[in-house]
Amino acid sequence: MIGAMLSEAWYAMRANRLRTFLTMLGMMIGVGAVVLMTAIGQGAQFVVDESIAAMGSNLFIVLSGSTTSGGVRTGGGAAPTLTVTDAEALAGLPTISAVAPMQPGSAQVVYGSNNWSTGVSGTLPSYLDVRAWRLSAGYPFTDSDVRSATRVALLGQTVVKNLFGDEDPVGKTIRIRQSPFVVVGVLAAKGQSLNGQDQDDTIVIPLTTAQRKLFGTQFPGTVRYVMAQAASLQAMPAAQQEMTQLLRQRHHIREGADNDFDVRNLTAVANTAAETSRVMTMMLGAIASISLLVGGIGIMNIMLVSVTERTREIGIRVAIGARERDIRLQFLLEAIIISVAGCFVGVLIGVGGAVLVNLFAQMAVVITMSSIVVAFLVAAGVGIFFGFYPANKAARLNPIEALRYQ
Amino acid sequence: MADAPVIRIEHLFKQYETAAGPVPVLKDLSLAIGAGEFVTIMGPSGSGKSTFMNILGCLDVPTSGAYLLNGQDVGKLGKDELARLRNDVIGFVFQGFNLLPRANLLDNVALPLVYCRVEKNERIKRANEVLQKVGLGSYGKSRPNQISGGQQQRVAIARALVNRPRLILADEPTGNLDTGTSREIMSIFSQLNQEEGITIVLVTHEPDIASYAKRLVHFVDGRVTHDGAVSRQVMVEAHA
Repeated sequence: MIGAMLSEAWYAMRANRLRTFLTMLGMMIGVGAVVLMTAIGQGAQFVVDESIAAMGSNLFIVLSGSTTSGGVRTGGGAAPTLTVTDAEALAGLPTISAVAPMQPGSAQVVYGSNNWSTGVSGTLPSYLDVRAWRLSAGYPFTDSDVRSATRVALLGQTVVKNLFGDEDPVGKTIRIRQSPFVVVGVLAAKGQSLNGQDQDDTIVIPLTTAQRKLFGTQFPGTVRYVMAQAASLQAMPAAQQEMTQLLRQRHHIREGADNDFDVRNLTAVANTAAETSRVMTMMLGAIASISLLVGGIGIMNIMLVSVTERTREIGIRVAIGARERDIRLQFLLEAIIISVAGCFVGVLIGVGGAVLVNLFAQMAVVITMSSIVVAFLVAAGVGIFFGFYPANKAARLNPIEALRYQ
Repeated sequence: MADAPVIRIEHLFKQYETAAGPVPVLKDLSLAIGAGEFVTIMGPSGSGKSTFMNILGCLDVPTSGAYLLNGQDVGKLGKDELARLRNDVIGFVFQGFNLLPRANLLDNVALPLVYCRVEKNERIKRANEVLQKVGLGSYGKSRPNQISGGQQQRVAIARALVNRPRLILADEPTGNLDTGTSREIMSIFSQLNQEEGITIVLVTHEPDIASYAKRLVHFVDGRVTHDGAVSRQVMVEAHA
């Protein structure tokens, strides 16, 4: 039964080749547009998600406040109000899972005949957890390195490339501002941050070493900023409040007075970027869907013409025993074949277009199986939806009038 | 030779609703046709012949009155059951042949079998058998526009026969054919009636064609004015 109907649908479609092709073209363009646009949108989303994953999740940065000296106000992070013990206290909050006090600076580094200027950050071993940063070689420094302020360093990929080239840096000694440091590990590549900074151009050393032996400080025990990781995304608002409260308490800030620190939610910014790209993807998909809809209307239009043209044929079929549902199924099958075949070519066009965009526009594209499956299901749905009305019209024809139709 | 009636019509009325009010077409028709009969229906145009044939063929339903086909009250059946009757109890032959132009002759003949879910090899086999019976066994792969009108009508008869119906309804089957070809077609009908006992109801306005039948029913203005032997006189009056 279905076999006979499929071959009849094939003959009907072949009898009007150009028309069938043009009808399919509508579906091809619609599905192609949906696949391509989703690929581009998901590509953008992928880039943002990668950056967020590289930054670390659920992050806060607590900056020490600004100072006013002789009427001149410095920027945030200049006043030495934030201490290592503040960081330890923050770590005790139930909503905070890890903290890393940071003492950053910049320094000239030398290995052999190579030298390189880079950022050097003093911190605790917990920094690697907070930033979700793995090592590609060697080992991280430990709490005992921090206690005894040993001269050990973890190098970012960019630093390794500039100082060592192809040489294995682990175990080698480099000089940071003339002091010798043993390289104990190499950080895995992280790439660019959301604002374009090279996150791999860095050296990480124990906090105490940075404070006592490298940069020195007028205010022992203070840090420039603290990175804190909330236990979960949901805990972030509570964590922000608790941290602010705790620090005000510890810094003896009276009711109504300004904070001498600043708690910033890094993830919020990143999430906004992610949300933006998600909305972008949806909008692209929605706009492309409109062309799919137009393709569907094209199918309906042609099927209606086809039903009218074949009125007599329908009458003959009914007279020799076709039931309403047989006629309906026959026309529905034609609509579905047109839309599914159009969809198949459309997917190829979309995937091909995405590959071209990737090659020539250097844009990230992500083609997922799910977007293709969804496109297929939607196309079949469009075929059924827009094919149903003409098919039903065919099935409901009065056979006597249909037989008389010239 | 008429056994239990294949067709029994009792007090059948049919009217069409038009903008100008109801138009009665068939008025209190009662008629019985037995198995194996060969009946011809004549009458001037507008006398209700075609409407009557449509009702016999289960394409239309009466406004009131009963139509029993093989003892079954057709008025009580649903659309799908009517389709079933059209498929395997009744075979249709039309004036305009009504073959599907795109399909070859074999597929045209096999079409009714598609709707009663006969599987493909069996469809082809049975379609070939009936095509041979009407003398077109070697034309299976041809298309309707490649053969003559008489041949097309023979294909249409083959299609009507393929599901082995006991009743054939033919609405002016020779209306589009010349005299010689008409005779060939009519001899096929006679043969089916005599050798296979298939009941045939045939509408025509040509006395020559009507004379192949054994019983003549004459319609005027929605009523039966003659029902009996095929009579020259009635036929001449019919044309007057």
